[in-house]
Amino acid sequence: MPTMAQTEKLAAAPIPGSRAVRDVVGVILIIAAGLAGFWLFPDNLALLTRVIAVALLVLSIDLVVGYCGVATLGQAALFGAGAYAAGIACVNGVTEPLTLILIGAVAGAVAGLLMGTIMLRAHGLAQLVLSIAIVQLFHEAANKASAYTGGSDGLAGLMVGPLFGVFEFDLWGQTAYLFGLALLVVIFIVLKFVVSSPFGMLCRGIKEDPIRIGAMGAFVFPVLLKMFVISGAVAGIGGALAAISTQVVGLDSLSFELSANALVMLVLGGLGSLYGALVGTVIFMGFEHVVSAINPFHWMTMVGALLIAVVLAAPGGLSGLADRVLPSRQRNRGGRA
Amino acid sequence: MSDLFRVEGLSKSFGGLAVSRNISLAMPAGERLALIGPNGAGKTTFVNLVTGQIRPSAGRVVLNGEDVTELGAVRRVRQGLVRTFQVTRLFSDMTPEEHITLTILQREGKAARILARFHGNSEVAEEVEGILGTLGLIEVARRRVGEIAYGQQRLLEIGIALALKPKVLLLDEPAAGVPSSETPRIEQALERLPPSLAVLMIEHDMDLVFRFAKRVVVLAAGEIIFEGLPSEVAANAKVREAYLGNYANARSVA
Amino acid sequence: MQTILSIGIDAFAYGMALFIICIGLSLTMGLMRVVNLAHGAFAMIAGYIASYAARDLGLGYAIAIFLAIIGTIILSIPLERFLFRRIYGSSELTQVLMTIGITFCVIGITNYFFGPTLKTIPLPESLAQPVDVGFKTIAAHRLFVMTCGLVVAAGLWYLIERTAFGIRLRATVDNAAMADALGVRTQVVYAVSFAIAIGLAAFGGVVGAEFLPIEPYYALRYMVTFLVVVSVGGAGSILGAVIACLVLGAVDTTGRYLMPEFGNFFFYAAVIAIVCIFPRGFFGKAQ
Repeated sequence: MPTMAQTEKLAAAPIPGSRAVRDVVGVILIIAAGLAGFWLFPDNLALLTRVIAVALLVLSIDLVVGYCGVATLGQAALFGAGAYAAGIACVNGVTEPLTLILIGAVAGAVAGLLMGTIMLRAHGLAQLVLSIAIVQLFHEAANKASAYTGGSDGLAGLMVGPLFGVFEFDLWGQTAYLFGLALLVVIFIVLKFVVSSPFGMLCRGIKEDPIRIGAMGAFVFPVLLKMFVISGAVAGIGGALAAISTQVVGLDSLSFELSANALVMLVLGGLGSLYGALVGTVIFMGFEHVVSAINPFHWMTMVGALLIAVVLAAPGGLSGLADRVLPSRQRNRGGRA
Repeated sequence: MSDLFRVEGLSKSFGGLAVSRNISLAMPAGERLALIGPNGAGKTTFVNLVTGQIRPSAGRVVLNGEDVTELGAVRRVRQGLVRTFQVTRLFSDMTPEEHITLTILQREGKAARILARFHGNSEVAEEVEGILGTLGLIEVARRRVGEIAYGQQRLLEIGIALALKPKVLLLDEPAAGVPSSETPRIEQALERLPPSLAVLMIEHDMDLVFRFAKRVVVLAAGEIIFEGLPSEVAANAKVREAYLGNYANARSVA
Repeated sequence: MQTILSIGIDAFAYGMALFIICIGLSLTMGLMRVVNLAHGAFAMIAGYIASYAARDLGLGYAIAIFLAIIGTIILSIPLERFLFRRIYGSSELTQVLMTIGITFCVIGITNYFFGPTLKTIPLPESLAQPVDVGFKTIAAHRLFVMTCGLVVAAGLWYLIERTAFGIRLRATVDNAAMADALGVRTQVVYAVSFAIAIGLAAFGGVVGAEFLPIEPYYALRYMVTFLVVVSVGGAGSILGAVIACLVLGAVDTTGRYLMPEFGNFFFYAAVIAIVCIFPRGFFGKAQ
């Protein structure tokens, strides 16, 4: 990540300009990388669309874990809620893709509200266990309500109408991929605004010291709950995108394993950085695709070893590593007067 | 006349152990009151009772004529009862500028807004500059708090409190842990506190207490044993006993 | 009536098996403040060792248990020394990530070497028969598990509350720096406690294999159950863990008997309800 060298004289001039430049460059890079994927791997567009859907899930975890400091291993509950809501709506005759995405977002947000209300009652280990229990409960519920969800067979046969009434979802997944990429870019930009808004700063403060935030006269619970709702909407959109692009919704979209894997991707990329969430997802799923094709168990061993390595050597993930290398240079020069 | 702030018969026991016993005191606007007492006198408990971290077993806390005993800590802050922390609680990754900006936005009820920019509100920026200016923190305004001197962090604690526009300010050992070379700046900041503000300072450093306070309250074993002018404290027999009796190798209070 | 009795006995035996495995985790979390998600991996390793000893080498059940415990502890020593020691005192998230990482590695490696099939641990004759206890016949193995559970609970209570080691352990937990200053070798205390926790996991893994079958995904499959037991019971509390295991065992077993089609639904619903009402668990200590 290129950090401009002119941020050296922070004290003299305000910085929003350089930050905005950085973000514009970042978004352009995302679009470029997305389009490069489109041209380079035309046969793997289904996988790439899946990567985008999961990236949305990972972004949503970042909002809660990375920006608010609430550890969760149950985020797939929100992803799955969006996927099933969109899927069920689609089977029942709602075929317009943007409407389906909207339905997924609302379902995810509602699930996020529910999950936040329950999880935020507890702290620490109890909170973590609640998050797991919730995703498992959702999983069991979806499994049982097979009349609506298809149970363990999954909900199949989603017939999605053309995008804007023009672009059919083709066999090669070109429309789905470009649609997903556009969604990702829009959501990424929105989230950039969210995390740099006063609300985003308040969340960062809560992550570091909720007691200080209380002493500033701000209530912690409603702020975190709001973030849970936003996070739920993002995850729900990811779920709806997965449903639309694969035309199936399976129980695995509501699983503890998906939650855990997504958290691993985030940690790999770097907590508390939106770019980190994307980078982590792409690298993780790319490797998974290659290695697990050889032997799925080698993949598990590798992920395990990777996690241990990240915890021991690079607690900030890949983006943290980059940050540590880049600005440390500036600090060495400018910091000591 | 009505006091700006008062506590009446405040008591707290944990199990059977009474740590605060029937504490009453009143502060008019503009008060400069210091609360002192030997270790274990119940100062921390008193602070927690006043700020609403813990509930009293008996007694009332009255702010601006309104009973706030039943209100939680956050509501009390919103009513104008603000505290600083004995050990600084700051966000090490944020700058002083961001701390004060966030505090002002929160005071104005705008801190939880998503459709707003954090930087770039010129009125807020002006106020931030004003507060950081009075505290002499302009030059470090855009440095990460983790990188600035501890004395500056203490000043920022005071700055956050001021940004909340308090009516009553509770300073919990504002100079604790600060190297002596930096204490003059803290004293200066304390002198420049708004005149109408009622300030209750908990402090160990007697020099600071004598220079700052107009009135001193001494707490020992959970009770107020003395209340009066700073010049009278040292001569008071009960105070001497409370301090000297507690320390085998005690120095004089004054 | 017969059904209720059967449910009760199954629930009790299952609960005790859970208890033996989970109490080690409860101690690591409550006393050493380490969220060890890899706890189940050690139980599984023990299961593999016991299965190898009893089935492939034809050794006796007792010897197999003994070898499994010793073997697992020996395997855990380098892990404690090089990995766990780095995360004592770290944030929960760090601990979770590290121990999930270890779990994944164990699963992958186990599968590579032993394949994905279930491993059985043959029971000796004496434990395989049913026993008539007057009002009902019960499988001897269930009685054995129940007894083991009670013995472990009593033994641990004695160790922590009544021995010199227990005093050092509690002192270290309350204030490690102070205990250190008083001459307690806290590193040793931590290492020993860790070994005890692992040993218990190993023991539970072997005797509980009838309830929680040994296979490569064991650690991941039951990770949630173990965590739930600890957080419901309250980390570090022996009595809490016993009660949590019995309650959750009862909920789970009853659900399976009466409404098998609802699977774990009631289990997780109960967990959410309990944790919401008792955020620190039944007997959790304030943090």
